[in-house]
Amino acid sequence: MTPEPAGIVVVGASLAGLRGAEALRRGGYDGPLTLVGAEPYRPYDRPPLSKHVLAGELAADATRLPELTDLRARWRLGSPAVSLDRASRTLRLGDGSVLAYEALLITTGAEARPWPAETGGGLAGIFTLRGRDDAAALREALVARPRQVLIVGGGLIGCEAASCLRDLGLPVTLVDPNPAPLARGLGGFVGGVIAGCLRDSGAMFRPGTMVRAFEGDAAGHVARARLADGSTIETNLVIAALGATRATGWLRGAGLRADAGGVTCDAACRVLAADGTPCPDIYAAGDVARWPIALYGHRLIAVEHWGNAIEQAAHAARNLLAGPGDQRPYTHLPAFWSSQFGVNIKLVGLPEGADSVAVVQGSRASRRFLAVYGRAGRSIAAVSFDQARWLPAYAEAITAGAPFPPINDATDRPRIETSAPGFPSLRTAPAHPAAETVHV
Amino acid sequence: MSDDALFAAVMDPANRADPYPLYARLRERPVSRQRDGSYVVSTHAAIRSLLFDPRLSSEDLPPPRRPRTGNPLKDLILNPIKNRISATHRPFIFRDPPDHDRLRSLVMREFSIARVQALRPRIAQEVDALIDACRGRGEVCLVSDLSYPLPVTVICELLGVPRADEPRFQAWATQLATAVEPDARHDDATRRQIVGAFDEIAAYMGDLIREKRRRPTDDMLSGLAAPGPGGRKQMSDFDLLSTAVLLLVAGHETTVNLITNAMLTLLRHPEELERLRADPERAPRLIEEVLRYEPPVHFRTRKALGTITVAGETIPKGAPVILLFAAANRDPSRFQAPDRFDPDRGDIEHFGFGGGLHYCVGAPLARIEAEIALVALSRRLVAPRLAVDPPPYRPGASLRGPEELRIGIDGTA
Repeated sequence: MTPEPAGIVVVGASLAGLRGAEALRRGGYDGPLTLVGAEPYRPYDRPPLSKHVLAGELAADATRLPELTDLRARWRLGSPAVSLDRASRTLRLGDGSVLAYEALLITTGAEARPWPAETGGGLAGIFTLRGRDDAAALREALVARPRQVLIVGGGLIGCEAASCLRDLGLPVTLVDPNPAPLARGLGGFVGGVIAGCLRDSGAMFRPGTMVRAFEGDAAGHVARARLADGSTIETNLVIAALGATRATGWLRGAGLRADAGGVTCDAACRVLAADGTPCPDIYAAGDVARWPIALYGHRLIAVEHWGNAIEQAAHAARNLLAGPGDQRPYTHLPAFWSSQFGVNIKLVGLPEGADSVAVVQGSRASRRFLAVYGRAGRSIAAVSFDQARWLPAYAEAITAGAPFPPINDATDRPRIETSAPGFPSLRTAPAHPAAETVHV
Repeated sequence: MSDDALFAAVMDPANRADPYPLYARLRERPVSRQRDGSYVVSTHAAIRSLLFDPRLSSEDLPPPRRPRTGNPLKDLILNPIKNRISATHRPFIFRDPPDHDRLRSLVMREFSIARVQALRPRIAQEVDALIDACRGRGEVCLVSDLSYPLPVTVICELLGVPRADEPRFQAWATQLATAVEPDARHDDATRRQIVGAFDEIAAYMGDLIREKRRRPTDDMLSGLAAPGPGGRKQMSDFDLLSTAVLLLVAGHETTVNLITNAMLTLLRHPEELERLRADPERAPRLIEEVLRYEPPVHFRTRKALGTITVAGETIPKGAPVILLFAAANRDPSRFQAPDRFDPDRGDIEHFGFGGGLHYCVGAPLARIEAEIALVALSRRLVAPRLAVDPPPYRPGASLRGPEELRIGIDGTA
C-alpha cells in the first residue's frame, strides 16, 4: 500500500488551527493539508460559550467559525493526537491511526483544569467551561434552574459565568482565594471594581477563601462545598473555573521543550527541541505556544487570547513556508476583551509584574475608566472599562516603551494617583497554580 | 505659497469650488503648522490616529456671546446669566467625556434604527411633494427647491415638532446654521442674529419640552424628556434644549450639502446618474462615495490638551488642531486613484461623517434622506443638466456646499 503523501499536518482544529491552515493556503501552499482535532466538530468560536450560549441566546452548535479560504484539507476530527515521533516524522492518533508529516503546526490549545477526583471531582453537577460540549451541558443544567450555583475561581470565565447566571436570575456564590476577582489577571485595584459589580448583581462573593472539597448526596450529585475557613455552602451546581493547562500531554517523550505551561518556541514560532535548538519543521501557535516576548524582556509567555491565536497562527504559517534564512520574529502586543455585568473590559499588554497602576481617564466609582500599569517607570499595560475607544493610543505608547503613565492629560482626567496594582503573591493562591511562564 | 499659508488659501472663498489641489499640497506634510499656531492634519493615517487620541478636546470653541445691547438690565444681569448657561450646557458636539458620553448615549438610544427607518415614507412623500412643486419649469435650483427644505421637515418629524410650526424652524435653521461653522469670525450683527434666533428657539423648545413631559408622543423629544430610572430627569432642561437645537442645526446644512454635492457629482458623471435611474439599488454605494469624494463637512477643529506627537510632528499643548477630513478622503496612500469618483470601489473607509468619539449621530438618517432624494431626482427630472458649473458656493470652508445648484430640465416625470 502506498502511504498517503505527508504534507503539512495542523494538530489542533480550533481558532489557531483553522486560521493557520488558511494562512498556509493563502501563502501559496498547495500540497496535502491535514487538520487533526480532538473534538468531533469543525473549528468553533469560544468567546460566546461563556456568554451568549450560557444565556441561551445562541445554541452551542451555532458557534462554528466561518472558513475564509478553500482549505482543501483532510479533516481528522474526533480523535486527538496522542504521541509524536520526530525520528519517523509521524504522529499517532487516539484511534490508533498514524499520520506522516513533512511539517507540523501545533495548535492544540489548552484544557480546562478539572476539579481533582480525590476531593469530589467525580460528583455529578460539577462542570468546567472550555469547549462546546461543556457549554451545552452546562446550559442544559441551568435550564433546570439549579437551587444554588457555586462558581469556584474568579478569573475571566468565572466572572463571565457569574454575570450571565445572575442575568438568568439564578442564585450564585463565587469563591476565590484572592481579595478580589480578576486579581491574578488585572490586580486587586482593578479587580475591586468587578467585586462591586458582582455584589450589585446580587451574587454572593466569598473572597480570601477556597473550596477544600465537595460532598455529594446519596445519588452521587454534588450537595455542598467545604471551605478552607471551615464553613460549608449548600450547592447543587458547581462551575469549576480554575484556569487551563496547555494540551501538551501528547508531546511527552517527543524530545521537545513542552510541559503543562506550553510548548516553548523561539521568536519565529519554531518549537524548541530539548537541547534548545529550533526544529525547522515544527511550529506552534495560539494558547499552547509560549515564546520570548521582546517587549517584556524576552520572558517566555503563552498568551491565551483570541487575537493572539489568529495573528500567531498566521505568522507561524508564514514562517513555515518561508526559507530558513527568512524567519521573521513574531511581535505581538497581547490583548483581550471580556463582557460582564454590562461592562466591556479590554486589556492591552501584560500587567503581570506591574509595580504601579493609575487611573488616567474616568473613575473606578463610575465603572468607566482607563487605567495604566507601570513597571520600573515604564508603561507595560492598559485596561479599559467601557472606554475601549482610547485604548489604541495607549497600546501605541506601550509598544514604544513610553514612561509611566504615558498619557496624563486626556479628557475626563481625574487627579492622577499611583497605587499598588494588588497582584496576589502566588503563595496565597495554592489552589490555582500558575499555569503560564513555566521555564524549561 | 509657503506651507504655513496653505490653509489660509483653503479659507479663501476664491478656492471654494475646488480646494482639492490645496489639500494635495497640504498632505505633503501630514501635520502642518500654520502661521496662527494651529496645526492642520491632512492625511488619513494621522487623522485616524488623532481621532482616537484622548488628548484632543472639543470643548475649545467659545459659545456665541450675546453682544451689548445698551440695556443695562440685559447687559449686566440677564445676558451674562444666559451666556453662562450656554457655556455650561453646550451641545454635546462641543463637549468632552464624561458629559459628552452621557448625553450622546441618551440621544443614541432615541435615534434608533427603527425610528429612522420609520421615517422613510414621510421622507419619500416630502421629496415627491417638493419635486411636484417644480412641475412645468425648465430649470430648478436643487438647493432652494429640495435640499434646503427637506432636512428641516425630517428633523421636525423626528423630534416631534407639530407640522404647523415647521416654517418657523426653517427660518431658525437658516439663522443658526453659522453657529456650528468652526471657521466663522462673527461680527456683532451676526452674533446678534444667532443669539436672537437661539433665544427664540429656546423659548419655543422650552414650551414644547414641557408639553412632551406632560403628554408624551412617539418621537425623540418625548423619549429624551421622559423620566429615567427612579423618576429623575435623564437630561436637564438646558441640556435637552441644547441637544434639540444641535440636532436641528448639525443635521441641517450637512444634509443640504450631502444631497446637493451628490446631485452635482452625478450631473458631472452622467453615466452614473443613468445607472442609478435604471437601478435604484446603486444609491447606497453612490452616497458612500460622495461622502468620500465631496463630503458635506471638510474639517473640524479640536484642541490639544497635551503635547501630541503624530506623523513625526509634535503638536504643543493648547494648540488648535484642524482635522481636514476632506483631504484625508483623497489621500493616495489610503485610497487608489483617490481623485476618481468610483462608487464601485470596495475599500471606502472615509471620514465623511467624521470619526471616533464625535462620529455623526445622524449618519443613518442622512444616508436614507440622500438615498431617497437621489433616486427620486434620477427618475423624475427629465434630461437634467448643470446650468452653471461650477456652481456658486456658500462662504463656509468647513460646511462647504453650493449656495445654489441650477439644473436645466425638460420637465418632471
